[in-house]
Amino acid sequence: MTPKIVFDNVTRRFDLKDGSFLALDRFSLDVADGEFVTVVGPSGCGKSTALNIAAGLLKASGGEVTVDGKPVEGPGPERGMIFQQYALFPWLSVRDNVEFGLRVKGEPPARRREIAERFIDLVGLGQFADALPKTLSGGMKQRCAIARAYAVDPVILLMDEPFGALDALTRVQLQDQLLETWSRERRTVMFITHDVDEAVYLANRVVVMAAGPGRLQEIIEVDLPYPRTEEIRLSPEFTAIRNRVWHAVYHQQPAQSHG
Amino acid sequence: MSAVSVKPRTASSGKADRRTMDFASLGLNVAGVVAGVAIWWSLTGSGVVGLPRPPEVLSRFIELLGNGQLLRDTAASLARVLTGFLLGVLLAIPVGFAMGWYKVARALVEPYLQFFRMIPPLAIIPLAIVTMGIEETPKIFVIFLASFLASVVATYQGVISVDRTMINAARVLGAKDFTIFRRVVVPASTPFILVGVRIGLGSAWATVVAAELIAAQSGLGYRMQQAQLYYDLPTIFVSLFAIGILGLTMDRMLQAVERRLTIWQERI
Repeated sequence: MTPKIVFDNVTRRFDLKDGSFLALDRFSLDVADGEFVTVVGPSGCGKSTALNIAAGLLKASGGEVTVDGKPVEGPGPERGMIFQQYALFPWLSVRDNVEFGLRVKGEPPARRREIAERFIDLVGLGQFADALPKTLSGGMKQRCAIARAYAVDPVILLMDEPFGALDALTRVQLQDQLLETWSRERRTVMFITHDVDEAVYLANRVVVMAAGPGRLQEIIEVDLPYPRTEEIRLSPEFTAIRNRVWHAVYHQQPAQSHG
Repeated sequence: MSAVSVKPRTASSGKADRRTMDFASLGLNVAGVVAGVAIWWSLTGSGVVGLPRPPEVLSRFIELLGNGQLLRDTAASLARVLTGFLLGVLLAIPVGFAMGWYKVARALVEPYLQFFRMIPPLAIIPLAIVTMGIEETPKIFVIFLASFLASVVATYQGVISVDRTMINAARVLGAKDFTIFRRVVVPASTPFILVGVRIGLGSAWATVVAAELIAAQSGLGYRMQQAQLYYDLPTIFVSLFAIGILGLTMDRMLQAVERRLTIWQERI
């Protein structure tokens, strides 16, 4: 089977006042259809840069990203994105936020409403469909953002530290809910985080990146069954994988070891 | 789920609290006004200052209202303010948007804007009178300029401070430039624009009276100018009150509109 997303030697350089800064150096990765991949690494490892290039919000300086074999040339609704800062439109109700992408697509009102309803219910915000974002908690805002991304029926979900701003308890709840949603509405997910536990708990594979310059360090398979449960989270197998990822993130070799 | 049951209760008690607060502060407002009038009355009544006493001003007010002069003057001033203000704001919004959205427009317009902002609109009056005559045009022009300059900067600020992430969110949902402009940039900058509009209205009022003092045959400013010649202090007082009350009323109306349109904002 051909992979869904292919990063082929993707490089990104940022021009600064004094010279340039290599944010991402020849990053290559294949993500299979329906796979859940998490990306962890220290700050400056280029994980957000890679994700933004896949989203089409940033151009690669070298190499390319292809989705279903087609090179990414700009943002598009087949690649949904979820941001750490939620990025909801505060003047729109939950329902109108979720309908935003459908309206852009030109879906008729009845159909918009029907789709929005379905995803609002899926993320458990049914009672808050007409609420404004300011009345929602952080976790609820992010659930609304997830529903909004799902509503346009993307083939991929790109998530940029989506739970980074939430407290530990809400974060665990949203992880479970995201997996639940993902199991019912299977999409290819690329999920960025700086939380090693989160990375292991969610993923089929954990991609560990290194900084200075940002690059791929190691890919670690998470050989644990879905649905993931608290039992799995507390199991010795989980701990073993977590330790491997932790080691890969916090005891990185210097840059030259990478070819 | 507890959030569901707790929320309505806190919301309603919050509203009740605010209502009590409103009544309390309204009471204080009224007390302040009454005290002010009392001080005015006692000072003028005892002859310490040579200003008219409240009853004199009140009877002049009734007289001017009765013979229709106050309404004519008010209508003349109001027409100037509204025409100049509306023209100014209607031009300021597209110009502000263009400046915020297109770097070229910004670079072209900004020097003029910064330069003219430094010149008080009143300083333009002599030039306006010489070039445009003493009819309505120069007065409306000066008011237009004052309200335009005040609101264009606010609109421009509003557009450039729209959250990039929100624009990116719209782009990944498939929105193109025009849709982003209409559905994200415009609503997101509305609070800024409304602040600009309110500042613009303030400058419009500040300018109309000065413009009428210099060259006019009607209006509240003209009436004060005439009254000054005859040492008619009660008429000056009536005109000043009229200006203050009208300005306040219009500002409150705009404030209500603002609150309505920006109800979605998170207030700290």
